[in-house]
Amino acid sequence: MVMKQQEPETVMEDMDNGNKWSLRLYVAGQTPNCVKAFENLKEICEQELKGRYKIEVIDLLKNPELAKGDQILAIPTLVRKLPPPVKRIIGSLKNTERVLVGLDLRKQKL
Amino acid sequence: MSRKTQQKTSIALEKCRTGISGFDEITGGGLPKGRPTLVCGGAGSGKTLFAMEFLLNGATQFNEPGIFISFEENERELAENVASLGWDLEALSREKKIFLDHVYIERSEIEETGEFNLEGLFIRIESALSAVNAKRIAVDSMEALFSGFSDEMTLRAEIRRLFRWLKEKGLTAVITGEQGKGSFTRHGLEEYISDCVVFLDNRMNDQVATRRIRVVKYRGTSHGANEYPFLITEKGFSVLPITSLNLDYSVSTERISTGVERLDTMLGGQGFFRGSSILVSGTAGTGKSSLAARFAAAACNRGEQALYFSFEESPQQIMRNMGSIGIDLRSPAENGLLHFRSVRASSFGMEIHLSMMVKAMNDINPTVVAIDPISNLSSVGDEKEVKETLTRLIDYMKMKGITSFFTDLTFGGNALEKTQNAISSLMDTWILLKDIELNGERNRGMYVLKSRGMAHSNQIREFLITDDGLQLVDAYIGPGGVLTGTSRINQEAVETAEEQLRQQKLERLRRDLKRRENAMESRMQEIKDAFQSEKEEIEHALAELKVRETSLNQNIRKLTKMRGAD
Repeated sequence: MVMKQQEPETVMEDMDNGNKWSLRLYVAGQTPNCVKAFENLKEICEQELKGRYKIEVIDLLKNPELAKGDQILAIPTLVRKLPPPVKRIIGSLKNTERVLVGLDLRKQKL
Repeated sequence: MSRKTQQKTSIALEKCRTGISGFDEITGGGLPKGRPTLVCGGAGSGKTLFAMEFLLNGATQFNEPGIFISFEENERELAENVASLGWDLEALSREKKIFLDHVYIERSEIEETGEFNLEGLFIRIESALSAVNAKRIAVDSMEALFSGFSDEMTLRAEIRRLFRWLKEKGLTAVITGEQGKGSFTRHGLEEYISDCVVFLDNRMNDQVATRRIRVVKYRGTSHGANEYPFLITEKGFSVLPITSLNLDYSVSTERISTGVERLDTMLGGQGFFRGSSILVSGTAGTGKSSLAARFAAAACNRGEQALYFSFEESPQQIMRNMGSIGIDLRSPAENGLLHFRSVRASSFGMEIHLSMMVKAMNDINPTVVAIDPISNLSSVGDEKEVKETLTRLIDYMKMKGITSFFTDLTFGGNALEKTQNAISSLMDTWILLKDIELNGERNRGMYVLKSRGMAHSNQIREFLITDDGLQLVDAYIGPGGVLTGTSRINQEAVETAEEQLRQQKLERLRRDLKRRENAMESRMQEIKDAFQSEKEEIEHALAELKVRETSLNQNIRKLTKMRGAD
């Protein structure tokens, strides 16, 4: 399996300092877009948020009832649960710059 | 494959009843079963209500659970909205008959980076479907998706896929869409839904709003193509397909009283036919309303339900006014036999009036209906519209066997020609009330202009409104024309006097004759007497002469003897 849920405890230690990132990636099976999205996300997190993030991958094919909670329509959708406010980024996350803007890691270029 | 397709088309299109009053009639049974239908219209046109009623009726009446995917209102708002129409959405959700899912889209919270699809929405619908074993689905409104995503190519492909998917699942779907400029929906959803498109319209005309519904297309079936008015009432969506599709209603030979005895006499002695339409036209103050009230009261006296639409007066006013001329409307109203519906004509459009009238008739089920006056209704629509509407109304009433009584206020001199809207052709009986103005006095005359299917009087009658009710009396028709009121009374006096004079003259002549006869007889007697005396005299003279002759002869013989002549 390419994607698997990250072990939360490995990152939780770093999250105690308040600078914690909780990300949730909603997918539906192993479609190319979903696989790509996970790979892209992991890469970005490793570069920008090393050691202070956790990624939860939710497969809606297995847990369809979870779609409602985060108002998921598009697949794949990345939801930033922490830090607030909640942010949603949809798509395969291939445009790194847009992802960083979406996650508030970069100021939007004017 | 081709065989399969053939088989499918040879089967008549199966329909899914919406349970929306009237809509199933105009579509010949409802929406196409197992296919999506697009319901579009402007803001506030009733799309959401249509979609919701489709589901609620399905769940409660046809044992077809449904899911409502709302992009606009959340579960609580939806429940509140339908609670006002008497539905308990929460109870239906608990009973697993209805499933509500509010899909929240906020553009500002969504960043798009790369390819995506709407599998999330599919999954949500799928899980909702299986939660209640749904047969129906409503999506309100699909176009919200366009505001949520900027990648329109992907979105359109996904919407196409969604409709195909819904079809494959055999779901009867109602998709709502906002009306666009020059198209049925803002984002052209009609492209994707080819089976059935319903258009809702809320049109303003002279500051009066009228809701209309139209089935724009319905593949594979015939449907009413007209615009039909609809109402959103306290009981929900109500389409009123008042069509005049045929003139094929059963007719009654039963006769009912007009409420005025001599008018019954004028109408072949028995009054109106039950289920016929009656028009009473006349200028202001000729007694149209009184006649209508009398007719309604007569029906109530027979124990029938009567419905009185008034576009001029309030019920209280009508009851008071009619009471003053001996027509008691108050007691039948209190006994629940007489029902009033008073509304200003200008409050609504023609169609809404018609719809409300039909609704009232459905609710009350009267045998007679009075509409007073229809001319007021004409002011809210153009002539063509009014005529069309009235045709439908009359056909509807005939279908239900309701005897309808219309009054029509006419203006100007010649009341006959001025009856508007050419409605007279729709009427079975037409009574004309006419002001007859003579010698500084106005009186009321009444004719029966026509009355289909019966011998009726051709004469004019004087129509009296008295403290004891309505009466008809013979109008005087003499050399000076038709006379009514005091003129009639005067004329009657003149006639009486003339008659007396004539009688006197006759008597005089008779006496004269007698006298002459007597005179003649006495003169004859005189002549007879004179003759008699003359006769006697002559006879006397004759006798005298004879005596004289005899004595002369004796003398001669005596002389001869004496002379001794031989």
